Amino acid sequence: MQTANVNRLTPYMFMAPAVIVMAVALLYPIGYMIYASFLDWNPSQRIGEAEFVGLRNYINLLGDASFRESFWVTLKFAAVVVTLEMCLGVGLALLLDRNIRGMSLLRTLFILPMMIAPIVVGLMWRYMYHPTVGIFNQTLKGLGFEPIPWLSDGDWAFASVVIADVWQWTPFIFILSLAALQSLPRSAMEAARIDGATGWQQIIYIKLPLMMPVLIVTALLRLIDAFKVLEVILVLTNGGPGLSTEILSLRISRTASEFRELGEAAAMSNYLLILLLILTFGMFLYNKAIEARAARLRRAAQEET
Amino acid sequence: MPRISFDQVAKSYGSVEVLPPFDLTLEDGEFTVLVGPSGCGKSTTLRMLAGLETLSGGEIYFDDKPISKLEPKDRDLAMVFQDYALYPHMSIAKNMSFALRLARVSKSEIEEKVKRVAAMLNISPLLDRKPAELSGGQRQRVAMGRALVRDAGTFLFDEPLSNLDAKLRGKMRAELAEMRDTIDKNMVYVTHDQVEAMTLGDRIVVMSDGLIQQQGTPEELFKAPVNTFVAGFIGSPTMNFIDGELVDEKGTSWVRGDGFMLPLPVEMGQRLGSLAERRVTLGLRPSSFTMDLTTGAPIELNVVVSEYLGAQSVLVTRCGGTEVLVETQSAAPIKAGQMQSFGVLIDEIMLFDKTSGLRL
Ligand SMILES: Nc1ncnc2c1ncn2[C@@H]1O[C@H](COP(=O)(O)OP(=O)(O)OP(=O)(O)O)[C@@H](O)[C@H]1O
Ligand SMILES: [Mg+2]
Repeated sequence: MQTANVNRLTPYMFMAPAVIVMAVALLYPIGYMIYASFLDWNPSQRIGEAEFVGLRNYINLLGDASFRESFWVTLKFAAVVVTLEMCLGVGLALLLDRNIRGMSLLRTLFILPMMIAPIVVGLMWRYMYHPTVGIFNQTLKGLGFEPIPWLSDGDWAFASVVIADVWQWTPFIFILSLAALQSLPRSAMEAARIDGATGWQQIIYIKLPLMMPVLIVTALLRLIDAFKVLEVILVLTNGGPGLSTEILSLRISRTASEFRELGEAAAMSNYLLILLLILTFGMFLYNKAIEARAARLRRAAQEET
Repeated sequence: MPRISFDQVAKSYGSVEVLPPFDLTLEDGEFTVLVGPSGCGKSTTLRMLAGLETLSGGEIYFDDKPISKLEPKDRDLAMVFQDYALYPHMSIAKNMSFALRLARVSKSEIEEKVKRVAAMLNISPLLDRKPAELSGGQRQRVAMGRALVRDAGTFLFDEPLSNLDAKLRGKMRAELAEMRDTIDKNMVYVTHDQVEAMTLGDRIVVMSDGLIQQQGTPEELFKAPVNTFVAGFIGSPTMNFIDGELVDEKGTSWVRGDGFMLPLPVEMGQRLGSLAERRVTLGLRPSSFTMDLTTGAPIELNVVVSEYLGAQSVLVTRCGGTEVLVETQSAAPIKAGQMQSFGVLIDEIMLFDKTSGLRL
């Protein structure tokens, strides 16, 4: 009995150090942030000196039109970039999933943008968007078109940050979908060809449905990431003009550093955290559903034999 | 239904030549069986015909039309894959009806066809399941069903019964034989199983190492194999091969070896008379032995084991240093572990050249 208990505990004992480190490294900052969100806290004060104000920060934020605007910009940004990136990434993967000479080099080139530091991406694009010397307006001018106010007009600025993000993160979707595509059962595709499916029909009826589990997880990962994007937009527009590109993480950093409202910034972070938790939980539920289905299939197969 | 001809078709993977150039013609409406040991290129041949593999040389013609540039879907064929190749995300019914749905066949017709074929294959209760929820044999029957619901001109079967139990396999074989006789389609059928090959094939093509060894009707292959490979592959239990040499004695030709000396039939003796002293391989089918010593030339064999198979028994015996299988009626039991005299039906004797393996 005694040894059985010890045996059962052994795995937990081995896991304990990792769990403790995780708890300290992960839970402590989060706990700190949650606590801070209940304070009226100025960076010049120590945390103990700050006044406890309960839920006031949260309530204030709900009534704050620019916070709501910011929240809306974030949602819009995430939805637009993830949709565009999914379409482009999956499309490219479907296009490049073939064995032609030079294809592996091309694939490598495609994933380069992902490896560049976001700040650099921001600087690069800001230069390209430059109203007079940027490559886009230079080209437009060369072709005889009116220059475009890339970063100085609200709608164009939003489009510009979307383009930069799509440029950087489409490769992520691309490599994951390509991996998914290449692990699909070849023989099912061959069967579809024999059954008379055209290229499009193979994609719609065979490839996409079989890739779907990977695509859903990829989209969720990208979505979570898109909610937290900061550097590129910071460098490109710093949230402007007006509030047209002020996504939440940017607003949080400005609330903390410019407006010196640490408590409110913390409350804002918590709103973002809640949003991300909902998404993560959605992903978790999805995985659970998949596992439950697989288990059901296995059971059914076992009953059979 | 087209007449299919392979003209100098060859296949290499990189520098490995899997199939050297070969010719093969499959007549309109014929049931052709490709047999041969594992890895000899049967699936490759079938997949080239289906358009799933490119040709490394030569051309395939449907009647007089070259088709090697055509997509599989434009070749009007249905195929059962060796590895089933079911669509994992579709139910069994959807799997079977996929081609029909693509071809915009009416719902009621699809349902009718799927039902009929499913009943024939004993998979009606499984129609709502996914492939992962089936056993191997059930999946194989679905793969078969997916081909049979279609109304294609040519059917390709790649070992479609390999995973079924003996009873089901017998039933399926009968269904296929009925199909062969009632519908006028080209069928190309790959198998390891020579019983399937013999019972189903209008024509059998025996392959080995990428080469077509012989093609012909089952009877031709059984009675007149061109070489030891075909002789050993067709017929069950397999033919016995014993080393020997030709001798002329007392005015007749004989084949003599370690522990036996059998006279040749007159016609064969005359034909081979000039080859005296030639080293040969004697081919004797297990069914060429009889217990009735008056109808055959005598031979003494040392019975090692008797394998009881019901009405028949197969005796494992030794003739000199060579193992020899003998098929007998179980009604006349023979004890293992003793010498026993048998008669050999000398008209069924086959002789092969020792070195080339060709039949003499
Ligand atoms: N993609 C490939 N690349 C290289 N060699 C291959 C490839 N596919 C098949 N081969 C080789 O070609 C030969 C013929 O293969 P094939 O699948 O036609 O055999 P088979 O007669 O169908 O055998 P089995 O009865 O085991 O199914 C084999 O030696 C195999 O190793
Ligand atoms: Mg094969």
